[in-house]
Formats: sequence, C-alpha cells, structure tokens
Amino acid sequence: MGSKLTQSNRAGWAFALPGFGLIALFIIVPFFFAFALSLTDQRLISPNPTQYVGLENYRNLLGLAVVTLEPERDESGEIVRDEDGALQYPRVRSITRSDEYSQYAGMREWFRWQSGDNARVVVASDVIFMKALVNTLTFVIVVAPVQGGLALVLALLINQRLRGINVFRTVFFMPVVVSIVVVSLLWRFIYDGNDGLLNNLLSGLTFGLFEPVDWLGNTDTALGSIIAMSIWQAVGFHMVIWLAGLQTISPTLYEAAAIEGASKWQTFRYVTWPGLRNTAVLVLIVITMQSFALFAQIDVMTNGGPLDSTQTLVFQAVERGYGKQDISGGSTISVILFLLVLTISLIQRYLTRERT
Amino acid sequence: MADVSLKEVRKSYGKVEVIKGVDLDIKDGEFVVFVGPSGCGKSTLLRMIAGLEDITSGTLEIGGRIVNEVQPKDRGIAMVFQSYAIFPHMSVRENVGFGLTIAGVAKEEKEKKVMEAARILQMEHLLDRRPSQLSGGQRQRVAIGRAIVRDPAVFLFDEPLSNLDAALRMDMRMEIGKLHKQLDATMVYVTHDQVEAMTLADKIVVLRDGVVQQIGAPMELYHNPANLFVAGFIGSPSMNFMDVEVVERSAEGITVKAPALDPVTLPAAGRDYASMAKGKLGIRPQYLSVSKNGTAGALHGTVALVERLGTETVVNVELTRGGRIVAALSEDRPLDLGSQIALGFDPARAHLFEAA
Repeated sequence: MGSKLTQSNRAGWAFALPGFGLIALFIIVPFFFAFALSLTDQRLISPNPTQYVGLENYRNLLGLAVVTLEPERDESGEIVRDEDGALQYPRVRSITRSDEYSQYAGMREWFRWQSGDNARVVVASDVIFMKALVNTLTFVIVVAPVQGGLALVLALLINQRLRGINVFRTVFFMPVVVSIVVVSLLWRFIYDGNDGLLNNLLSGLTFGLFEPVDWLGNTDTALGSIIAMSIWQAVGFHMVIWLAGLQTISPTLYEAAAIEGASKWQTFRYVTWPGLRNTAVLVLIVITMQSFALFAQIDVMTNGGPLDSTQTLVFQAVERGYGKQDISGGSTISVILFLLVLTISLIQRYLTRERT
Repeated sequence: MADVSLKEVRKSYGKVEVIKGVDLDIKDGEFVVFVGPSGCGKSTLLRMIAGLEDITSGTLEIGGRIVNEVQPKDRGIAMVFQSYAIFPHMSVRENVGFGLTIAGVAKEEKEKKVMEAARILQMEHLLDRRPSQLSGGQRQRVAIGRAIVRDPAVFLFDEPLSNLDAALRMDMRMEIGKLHKQLDATMVYVTHDQVEAMTLADKIVVLRDGVVQQIGAPMELYHNPANLFVAGFIGSPSMNFMDVEVVERSAEGITVKAPALDPVTLPAAGRDYASMAKGKLGIRPQYLSVSKNGTAGALHGTVALVERLGTETVVNVELTRGGRIVAALSEDRPLDLGSQIALGFDPARAHLFEAA
C-alpha cells in the first residue's frame, strides 16, 4: 500500500502539493521554528548575531519566588507602626536589587499576603506574563463551563418543533458569523463609561440609581466584561454542535422514556445527557482551545489594560514578538501556551474517556 | 389486566385522516394482532393506544377508564419497539429496571423484579452486559424485560421482530407466544408479517388505509375473508382472483363462468348473492390440484414457472383461455416448463366476491 501511495500516484501528489506546501510553510515550519527560536535570543531586527541561550527565556518568564519580609523594628526591638497602626516593611527592591540576594535579581513584586507579623511577597521575573497567565486561566475556567452550558440550554430550547423556531436559531447564531473584531468594536460602545448602552440600560432599569461604570476602564470589571462578551459571541457556534448531537439521539428512546414515566429532568438525565457524551467532550475541548487563544477582543477593546488586568498569553506573545521585536520571547510564550493546552486537553480526554 | 376498547377512534394530521373511525373491543388477556400493508395506520393506532399520538376524536378505554388525555405512563401499558429502544449507555440490568428507577422503587424490590423478568426471559447471564455486546434477539429480550418489569395491564408490541433474521424471528415468535400464556396479559401486536399474525393472535384486525377490513380469529379470516382485500392479504401465496359472470342462481348455489373457466356451481352456504351479476372468484393456491382432463370447472394451461420448496410446489400457470393462476401443490412434483396442465378445485372452497 505504501509504495502505491507514494509512487504510482504522481498526479495526486502534484495536486496535493500546493496545499501541503502552504500548510507546511505557514503551520508546520513555524510550529518547529517557535521551539527553536525560544532557545535563542533572536530579535526581529538586530545587528547582533543570534545566539543559543538555552532555557534562559523560560527562566525569564517563569521565575518565581516567595520572599518573607519582617516588619521594621526600632532599636528596642519593638515593631514600628505608622499613624494608622499599620506595620512597616522594608521595600521589596531592597532585596531584589541587593547583591546579597542575587537569586532574586531582576524580579518584581507580583502580590503579597500577611502571615502573622510578617509579609510574604511573591516576586516574579516577569509579572506581566504571570498576570497574563492568570487572566487566561480565569478566562478559560469561566468561559468553558458557562459557554458550554449556555449553548446546551439554547440547543435544548431550539430543538423543538415550534412555529418560527428558525428565527431563534438564526438570531442565536448571528454573532458567530460577524467578525470578532467588529463585535469587539460594537461592544466597546456598549461598555462605554459615559454614554454606553449598558450603563444607559442599567440606569434606566433602576430609575437612575445605578452609577455609570467604565466597564473596560476599571480593573475590577474589564476582564469580566470581555468574558461576558466572548461568551455571547461564540455561544451560537457551540449551540449548533450540541444541536447536531441532540439530533443523533433516536426519538424512540424518548418515547420509551415517556412510557416508563420519566419526567423532563429524568429524560434529560437518563436519555439526553448520556447521548450527548461525545458531543460534550468535543464542545469542551474546542471551547478550551479557543479560550486559550484569546487575542482579538483584547487587542481591540483594552490592549491588555487597565493596569495589565486583561493581559493574556496570546496578546503577550504578539505584543512581545512584534511590538517589542522580541521574537524569542514571543516564541517562548507560544511554546508554553502549546504545552499548557496540550496538557489540559489530555487531562480532559482522560477524564471524559469511555469507561467500559 | 384490562380490557381495551376503541370507539369511533380517528386520527388526522392536518387535513389528512389516517385512522378513519376504528371500533374495536379487546378482551382481558386476549392477544390481538394488527396487520395490514405499509401505511395502513396499524402502527399509528398502536401508538394512539400507547399515548404517543393524540387521538383526534373517539374514545379509548383501558380497563374501563377513558384514557384519551392520560399520559402514557399512567395508562398501565408497556411498549416494545421495533428498534428495541434500549438505552445504550446502561447495562441490561439498568435497562430492565429503568421504569422502577424512574419511579424511585427501593433497591431490593427493583432487584427482585429485574431478576424475575430475567428469569422469565432466561437472560440472567446477560444482566451485566452492555447493549452493544448483545445480539438483536437478546436486545429485544431486554426490551421485553423492561416491559415485564412494569407489570402492565396491556403489552404493546410495535413490529418487534422486524429487525431480526428469519431463524431468530421464529424463535422469538414462539417466545412471545409462550410469554402471553405465562403472563396471561392483554397484548396488542403490530406486524406486517401474516405468519406472526396467524400464529400468535387470538384475534386479528386487518387494516387498510385506516379502515378496519375484518376482525376475527386467524382461521376465520383465512376461511371466510370478508372482502377481496382480506382474501388477498391473508394466505401465502396470495389467493387467485378471476373475473366471473353469474350464469344461474338456485337454492343450492350460484353458477358462474369465465372465459378460462367452464361453468361451476358454488354452494350458497347461507350467503345471499341475489344482486350479483358479475363477481370475482377467489381460489387459494393450496386448494388447486392437478386434475385429469375433462373435469368440470377445470383450468387448462401451460406451466410458466415452478418453485419447488420441498414440502410444496408453487406452479405459475399460463391459462390457455387468458389469465394466469398460481397453484401450491402439497407435494414435491417436478414439472416441465411449457408442459400442459389441468387444475381443478373444490367449489365449496372457492370464494365469490362483489367485483370491486
């Protein structure tokens, strides 16, 4: 078979060549390039020759440590407090910039917590990367179940024979067809802090009691706003996948369940949900992968701000690679993202495997 | 255990009427079979009894109670589907006990009932298997088990054997017959297979285009078909029909003739043929026999096709004076194609119908 495929099929291979070539050039080669570049100090444009730097890029991104700060004491050993009674701590940079602690060199404070009188400070080599990582994971953890669940609810609702049901199907699916960039631009107006649709709506509903919020300009609401919009945008796509799954379930199973006296919930629990098992795995994995690739919304709506509260891994990879011309840094983020998604997908596959 | 009674039951989909007023009484413990060609409404009628289809007009009583508006689960019925409708993700045990799980029956009682059903169907060894590990016959056994466990007043079977191969079909047919004797329950059974109908039924209901053609015991239908349709539908090979003219009427009987047939007198047997001038003469292939030339009423022709089945020989005869006739000779008889043959019959076993 192998020889037949490779030798006596020249025309076939010739036809396939353009496609193979493009895929190789733009997907396969860059994939391996990313691995290779992440081990160098390659920049986009640089007079200096590229050098192999080993895992330094990874260390620069992933470096993490916990520093314990003891409160300031006076000569008698008493803890010094300011006027509000708060404890005084030495500045973190007194450690990260000191020659005494060279292992913390170049690190910055990410966050801290109180442990008795001491403050424990988490310092990171790359605080922005860490924030991007946490934001991305938050995004995935919220979007995957909520979007998947919502899509299932919509699919169940529109999987009925009702007059005009196609109108609903169209309406729910419409955001999927519109470019994410256009959607993001529109939602910027909706989220506008001064005269946005959402603020107007909320103040109208509460008779003016609602204080307008700058949804995208506030560190507390920016990521949540993007999550909400993203869920709305792609929910229709997953609804269609669920719908396809629902329609593979034999109607006689529902009839059998009806005769056995199953309630609506029991029918879902014993007939619908088990029948959707494979669909569920697919939807979950697809949403997870799409969520990890969060970029366009950030690029259009917030640029990672305010105060890095909406930084994400892909946005950082692009920002570094092209914005800062640090190709090796961008590649390193891409590789980390790839390993992350791979691991999570494998875990999901393991957890949702067919048990015999 | 319960009687089932249908009065003037009708069903329409929009303007199309598919069940055109069915009156039927099924006695407690009776095995009733609905037969008819595809699209005659037999399955629809069964599904109306089950409650899976609405009844447009008329009344349906089960056990003396009008159940037109009663949910399927509250009608005291159980149904076995052609496609088995067993839940693929559940073990046989869970499938059989499904109705009890739904009803929240205690574990021990459920186990007891499931074991009882498994014992009746001799499938104790299958209880822990998955449906995918079962053969077609075993799956149908599971479906029947699920019905038994509900302990219904009426069993409904919708072409339960149609998906099985011929040998298995015969086994399962006998099983169902045995089951009926064992459980002594009312059973309503839909099939297009007249062998199933003839062997299983206490009472057969022949349907055509949503109208009942005849209701009666299998042998009554066979020997005294009410009309041309029933006569042609029951029996294999189908009854031969021949256009005849009435020649003479007398107290003893009626004399008819046809181009291919010399005048023959049928005994009146209490029937009134007074208004008949033309009719159709029906002769079952089994009642034709090879006769010597010159016999009155004999049919002469040449052998066009011979099918030797061992126990009988089906001969297709091209009649000399026009027309064709099929004879089933009750022995293995080698006949040469194209040879001359004369067939005779007992006039008492022929049927005369109004010309359609």
